[in-house]
Amino acid sequence: MTQDKLIQRALKPLVWVLCLAPLLGLTGLAYMGEMTANPIEFLNRYLGEWALKFLLSALMMTPLKIVTGWAGFTRFRRLLGLFSFFYAVLHLSSYVGLDQFFNWKDIWTDLIKRTYITVGLGAFIILAVLAATSTKNMIKKLGGKNWNRLHKWVYVAGFGGCLHFFMMRKGVQAEPLYYAGFLVLLLIYRWVYYLKKQRQRTGKTAPAAL
Amino acid sequence: MLIKMTKASDIKSSEITPKAIFDDRRQFLKTAAFSGLGFAAGSIAPSSFANEGRGKKLIGIEPSKWTQKSVGEKLTDYESVTSYNNFYEFGTGKQDPLTYSKDFSPKPWTVVVDGEVENPGTYSYEDLVNPHTLEDRVYRFRCVEAWSMVVPWVGIGLADMCKRFGPKNDAKYVAFETLHDPDRMYGQRSRVLEWPYREGLRMDEVMNPLSFMAVGLYGEELPNQNGAPIRLVTPWKYGFKSIKSIVRISFTKTQPPTSWNMSGPREYGFYSNVNPEKSHPRWSQAKERRIGEFLKRPSLMYNGYGEEVASMYVGMDLNKFY
Repeated sequence: MTQDKLIQRALKPLVWVLCLAPLLGLTGLAYMGEMTANPIEFLNRYLGEWALKFLLSALMMTPLKIVTGWAGFTRFRRLLGLFSFFYAVLHLSSYVGLDQFFNWKDIWTDLIKRTYITVGLGAFIILAVLAATSTKNMIKKLGGKNWNRLHKWVYVAGFGGCLHFFMMRKGVQAEPLYYAGFLVLLLIYRWVYYLKKQRQRTGKTAPAAL
Repeated sequence: MLIKMTKASDIKSSEITPKAIFDDRRQFLKTAAFSGLGFAAGSIAPSSFANEGRGKKLIGIEPSKWTQKSVGEKLTDYESVTSYNNFYEFGTGKQDPLTYSKDFSPKPWTVVVDGEVENPGTYSYEDLVNPHTLEDRVYRFRCVEAWSMVVPWVGIGLADMCKRFGPKNDAKYVAFETLHDPDRMYGQRSRVLEWPYREGLRMDEVMNPLSFMAVGLYGEELPNQNGAPIRLVTPWKYGFKSIKSIVRISFTKTQPPTSWNMSGPREYGFYSNVNPEKSHPRWSQAKERRIGEFLKRPSLMYNGYGEEVASMYVGMDLNKFY
């Protein structure tokens, strides 16, 4: 089996199953009555956390490619990114449809008064734009350079998601900081790699200023 | 020598109703009526918690005027009250307190009473609680996170307890502290808040008949996750004011620092009275979700206890003193 076939026929379906596993897990928790005494809140948090986990997974593919030398990792980037958007849609829907029960007035008040919700929606809009422009057609239409520039916004969405999570929790809680810390590590890794590449290319020392 | 001849009509000593029970006859009738009512109403009345039986039953509990009937709402089920908790000493997840407080054995327990009082000292739990008669009180409980419950607490009026310590005229506030013991309270190993957890009340709030020291709920000893063995309950304030697992009660001249106010002064004031009009940077306080219900309901000023507490805040700018 060629590498391409391996990815298409075995690994992609496997990743699909893994990406849907949180929904299966949720069904199990619901069936066993393990969604706490406040299932609406539980559902909303659960979906939000998975949106963030998949976003960070998508961002992990390029560093993984560099570390392992296996280019196949980048083939999963879009899939993971789209699943992040998928969970973000469910997360937002649970807020609109269950938590607020389509009370648009209250939703609007939340949006303008509660910064963490504003930040969350910002991150969601970025993800929506990136999802809409994720097809091969759109890459062609926008041109590779523009498309690349647009899709750099995924980092903004990542930090937005982490900030949204951190601000939602009371006090200084560790969990959202783990996510943010992981994102920072991924970025540092890319930056270091980028500097190294540039030095190799130009043969000069790394630029002193960023 | 007088020889007592027993007549058949004489009352045998075994038939004499003990004085305590005779004195309690009205209580007995009330309880009996209550149980009957509870049975008829699908056992939701506070005296018919027979099916709970998870913890040690508390005995000698008197009813109070704060009954399920006076609240006029269904009690939140025992399962929810004891599995959905904010008690960061045992972790920040809602079910963490239940999970991580299993091995926390609260007794023996002592409480330090100090500051502006005639009778300072270290009181054992028994010294604190035994001189009082336990009461059943059904209160609404409103969390700042916009969820709420109706809980049947068991305990002692805070004013009654505090009067025993003999507050001096200089005592204007009372500060409370939770146990700080990271070995037994796993959540204290991370610095979510500055430990120990601190809370405080103004003296008139302490003396308000609503303020309550709970040692139990649903007729049983307080479960660890709910703040065993003794906690405060101030139902007209957001839940975080109702400090759990208390080890220190200090009578102070000045307003004491309180944990959430120290952590986020813009979000959490010293008073933290339930106020649907005062929007919070994180949650609208206009509505709340009663645990077990789907749609949110409007929140009530002072959580519906305005009649008892509003007079304490007359003339205060509630937007400033939130």
